[in-house]
Amino acid sequence: MDYSTFLQILDSTFRLATPLLLACLAGLFSERSGIFDIGLEGKMLMAAMCTGAVAAISGSVWIGVLAGIGGAMIFALIHGLASITFRGNQLISGVALNFVASGITVLVAQALFRQGGRTPPLSGDARFNPIELPFAEALSSVPIIGPLYAEVISGHTALVYIAILAVPVSWWVLYRSRFGLRLRAVGENPASVDTAGISVVRLRYSAVIITGLLCGLAGAYMSAGLQAGFGREMTAGRGYIALAALIFAKWRPWGALYATFLFGFLQALALRPDVIERVLHFSIPTPALDALPYILTVIVLAGFVGRAIPPRAGGEPYVKER
Amino acid sequence: MTLMKKFLGAAATLALSTGAVLADPAIIYDLGGKFDKSFNEAAFNGAERWKAETGGTYKELEMQSEAQREQALRRLAEGGANPVVMTGFAFGDVLGQVAPDFPDTKFAIIDVDWLDMPNVLQVAFTEHEGSYLVGMMAAMASESGTVGFIGGMDIPLIRKFACGYVQGAKAANPNVTVIQNMTGTTPAAWNDPVKGAELAKAQKSQGADVIYAAAGGTGIGVLQAAADEGILSIGVDSNQNHMHPGKVLTSMLKRVDNAVYEAFKAGPDLETGMVKVMDLASEGVGYALDEYNAPLVTDEMKAAVDAAAEQIKSGATKVHDYSTDSTCPVS
Repeated sequence: MDYSTFLQILDSTFRLATPLLLACLAGLFSERSGIFDIGLEGKMLMAAMCTGAVAAISGSVWIGVLAGIGGAMIFALIHGLASITFRGNQLISGVALNFVASGITVLVAQALFRQGGRTPPLSGDARFNPIELPFAEALSSVPIIGPLYAEVISGHTALVYIAILAVPVSWWVLYRSRFGLRLRAVGENPASVDTAGISVVRLRYSAVIITGLLCGLAGAYMSAGLQAGFGREMTAGRGYIALAALIFAKWRPWGALYATFLFGFLQALALRPDVIERVLHFSIPTPALDALPYILTVIVLAGFVGRAIPPRAGGEPYVKER
Repeated sequence: MTLMKKFLGAAATLALSTGAVLADPAIIYDLGGKFDKSFNEAAFNGAERWKAETGGTYKELEMQSEAQREQALRRLAEGGANPVVMTGFAFGDVLGQVAPDFPDTKFAIIDVDWLDMPNVLQVAFTEHEGSYLVGMMAAMASESGTVGFIGGMDIPLIRKFACGYVQGAKAANPNVTVIQNMTGTTPAAWNDPVKGAELAKAQKSQGADVIYAAAGGTGIGVLQAAADEGILSIGVDSNQNHMHPGKVLTSMLKRVDNAVYEAFKAGPDLETGMVKVMDLASEGVGYALDEYNAPLVTDEMKAAVDAAAEQIKSGATKVHDYSTDSTCPVS
């Protein structure tokens, strides 16, 4: 495999990993506060539709992103209402929201644009355009590092860089801020947080809102960054892969970065069966590569590679007094 | 006076149409959705053409899930719709169960040729012939000598497209390299534009500068990525040239609209119990040429493709059909 092919696969990895990373961080905040969220897929889909629709109407991608975040947040709050306020089953609420999102996105898009549940194609300022990082042109002649910088690191859309920046920010919030300490505590032992006089409900709601924000960015990236418009079911199961990545990452921000980039890399590799055949001298069926993220997750869950321990209070609604 | 005329006219129309109302035709769209800009939309266009020409009405149903197939079919047949047209091979098994229960209703099914029932008309297209023609155009338009194919779900029907395409490309340029990718092995592969776009970018990095997408909704991503990357793409089923003017080389037309239109026009007198093959000769398949892609198609290209089309029609050139033996002689 030559260097430029490798760079192309890495470039593709960045694009494919970004929605996974954002969704994975979204799940991280929610689950760390003790709210399981399998509705990441639905929130992404909702955000993708809102972004596509509003960007098409307003002509500005950033207004579209705001709408996408809004759409995902509404779903996040419904999930919060069901699982925090009404102490419902978090898994059922998540599944239900996925179904609602799958239907309502097409319904709204069809009502607005009459294009069969699709939003009109975006162009110009209505979609994210690649950003050339400084010195990309000048450095591209430097061997090895130059092309890496110019082709892989530079030339992505704004949300890719925001997603990567979100990793250290999440780490800082979770491990260095007072809010983060409380958030982690509420996912492990909400009773002790409550005893300290801090509202469990408020903490969990703020976690769910952060989840909505990050899912909103993930969905917006799909419909306005990777694609130029929303299409029915366009997230194609990425919310579930993000959940698998979250387990793989053992609920840690830096782990989320590595896990999603590994999964993104596997997806990018699956697009190039010719490269695999050249390197390994035998061919691997593409479905096997597609399944690899899930297989790896099962291996991690089974305890072969360290231990993945979920937040202890995850999935259980907090009841103050019995 | 004019009012009187209107009344009389309305009464006359009513009298004429009462017979027809009982036997409105119906169409069921498959899971890709009515407005997929491709296969199902072609069926919709055929139905609309019939409506515009005859002023009649028709019933329609859009599938939302796999489980609805039988229910949808029975409901339309019980409601007196005749004929009932459905798009897609996935209806084959269900129709096999439902059709005997409604011997007086005529059914037409597209992309199926293995049912043998007295009240079913099966319409099969020779996609390999149409794909052969666009394959020739791809090889002639390519400057790099490498062209690409992106299929949707990995099923024999899509391999039939791929095989015809490769044969056409090799016929125009024996040294051409064809890169083939399938999007996936589940129905989600029809609706993953993001993966379609990444596949297109991956093929471009391998040198492909013309990419043929036979992938339903995934194809929208392929066409978009090709336009963004400044290479050419080829649409499928419906004419997709307008989606990115000047960036889509052509579209492989599968005249599902004609099949639906003709079935609707025949009405309850539809001739059934046979397989109707819509091939190049009967204009069931072909390539699209309009104002959006006219600058891309050279006279030389057009002459070569039209000549090949004539040869296929006359039987002088045989395009191998993948579905007959599940193998492709070239790759």
